[in-house]
Amino acid sequence: MVKGTRDTADTTRSGPTAPGAGAGRPNRGRAVARAAERGVAYFRRKLRAGELGSLPVVLVLAAVWITFQSLNSNFLSPRNLSNLSVDIVGTGLIAVGIVFVLLLGELDLSVGSISGLAAAAFAVLNVNHGVPEWLAVIIAVLAGTLAGTVQGFSVARTRVPAFVVTLAGLLTWNGVMLYILGTSGTVNLDENGLVAKLTSYYFTNDGAAYGLAAIASGVVFLVSYQDMRRRKAVGMPHRSLRGITVRTGVVAVVAFTAAYLLNRFQGLPLALLIFLVVVAGLDLVLRRTHYGRQFYALGGSMEAARRASLSVTRVQTAVLAVSGTMAAIGGLFLASRITSVSQGSGSGVLLVNAIAAAVIGGTSLFGGRGTTWSAVLGMLIIQSIASGMAITDTPTAVQFIITGGVLFAAVLIDSLSRRSQQARGRA
Amino acid sequence: MPSPPLLALHGVCKRFGVIEVLDDIELEIHAGQVVALLGDNGAGKSTLVKVISGVSPADKGSIEWEGRAVHIRRPHDARDLGIAAVYQDLALCGNLDVVGNLFLGQEIRRFGFLDEVEMERRTRGLLDRLTRGIPDLRAPVVSLSSGQRQTVAIARSLLGDPRVLLLDEPTAALGFEQTGEVLDLVDQLRDRGLGVLLISHNMGDIKALADRAAVLRLGRNNGFFDVNTSSQEQIISSITGATENVPRRTAAQEAGW
Repeated sequence: MVKGTRDTADTTRSGPTAPGAGAGRPNRGRAVARAAERGVAYFRRKLRAGELGSLPVVLVLAAVWITFQSLNSNFLSPRNLSNLSVDIVGTGLIAVGIVFVLLLGELDLSVGSISGLAAAAFAVLNVNHGVPEWLAVIIAVLAGTLAGTVQGFSVARTRVPAFVVTLAGLLTWNGVMLYILGTSGTVNLDENGLVAKLTSYYFTNDGAAYGLAAIASGVVFLVSYQDMRRRKAVGMPHRSLRGITVRTGVVAVVAFTAAYLLNRFQGLPLALLIFLVVVAGLDLVLRRTHYGRQFYALGGSMEAARRASLSVTRVQTAVLAVSGTMAAIGGLFLASRITSVSQGSGSGVLLVNAIAAAVIGGTSLFGGRGTTWSAVLGMLIIQSIASGMAITDTPTAVQFIITGGVLFAAVLIDSLSRRSQQARGRA
Repeated sequence: MPSPPLLALHGVCKRFGVIEVLDDIELEIHAGQVVALLGDNGAGKSTLVKVISGVSPADKGSIEWEGRAVHIRRPHDARDLGIAAVYQDLALCGNLDVVGNLFLGQEIRRFGFLDEVEMERRTRGLLDRLTRGIPDLRAPVVSLSSGQRQTVAIARSLLGDPRVLLLDEPTAALGFEQTGEVLDLVDQLRDRGLGVLLISHNMGDIKALADRAAVLRLGRNNGFFDVNTSSQEQIISSITGATENVPRRTAAQEAGW
């Protein structure tokens, strides 16, 4: 979590200091109390402005983990957490694509079918026709891109809402997948192949996980520090060195704890590494380049974007192309997890989970707000609930009800924070 | 006239479906002058602004920039010429912050990435000149007051150092004090040599600020006035249509006023 925890890192500053407010030496106690007061004031301001960031999500995740840990002490074991970190990847990658679509205030219902289509295309090409794996992977991903682009172009040209076009896509691509699979039904993948390795390979060397944690913390520190120095040089408001240190500290604690736990089991999973790199990379594109700015602008006001000479058609097409591509990649990871592709691939709760993950993670349904990191956070919550339910032998029915409740709460928070933002704007 | 007008429109027509919104419009904007564009609701004022700014290009007619014919087909064309517009609805992205809105579509880049520091620095400099109370530059625009949003919209239009500024009812949503600030600002811009086209319903503002006034009625020119010598009644009767069918002066005659 490099960028997504920015708000959280700031707000949690008040967390550890608050309990110590009454204790300690009087002098220090007063300083701590002041810091806590500042923290609370900051939190209040954010709450009123409807900019809570990822704080509620992190709190929910903590609640879920504490609950299941108290029900079954194996829940937070390195083994379970490591499996969790691999299980989130397939659907998580699809959810990252959904984030792009949600930024425009649209919805893509075809991602499940596209993920199944890509997996089927790969399996049939590689297993049945002997196409080399790397080539089959590229073709499968491009198939997803193509399917998404076709849908995106239709949306941009006809101005039909994306959910209608992609609803048609849901059926169409599912049909194409069944046609490709033919009568064979289930295709088993090569257990030692490239795609199977995607979710079964672990960097057993301890250095890999710790190295990644160190790189993440280092990048957070360097980027903030560089930003501070440049701002200072031109006399603009900037973060304090202490603020940066605290922020880096939070990231480092989270990253190194995760690395320690992963190393206690089998090491850093390749799938998790790929997931984090993709999420961080797309976050960089979305929030630090002028390409990404267009998505936010279009989600904020289409008219304003048009008047600023942004190409609305191109952005709308791109959004569904991205979600199609991510769906295809996610589909390959899902197939890799069970090393097989069947007629049921990409169906069931996959679509719902991918959309729910993005929304639970804090991406607004109304467009214009959200980051790719919300896919990670949302997926962690959904998969934690699923895994906790499995570990405690709770029926699936209850799992659905609880996940549904969390999704409802997320939508509620989203719309409430939007309302409070508008109310403040009117004042 | 020694120099051709900055911007001149001749015979501009625009229709939406069967409705002729603009019919054979003539208009000139000179450097260092404020031209008021007047007319009742539905007279075509906002449409004319959109034609000039390239948001919805003209169907017919010619546009001259400093005496040479140009085509404005996209917002980009207008911006490249040096025409900037502030629309009635401001057209800001509520979810983006002040800096993001100012530089939307023309972001400053550093090694391929957005240079937030430089953009924020320039935003600060620009807003410092325009207004006293600078809002939080990193707050989403949706959380600003309407006066602050107006300031942001005007600041954005000034970013590319335009020569012609189109203001569509800039003071309609503002309080007394903020209106004064905006009018002072327009005055300042005129002194800097910009040509300003100002749409307003407030005759007081126009009397105080404008050099000339062009009246539209039902999509047609309905009179040109020198604000300093014409009476308010003359102008108003032209807006309401009491003096319809004023013989249309040709562009050459207009050059005299």
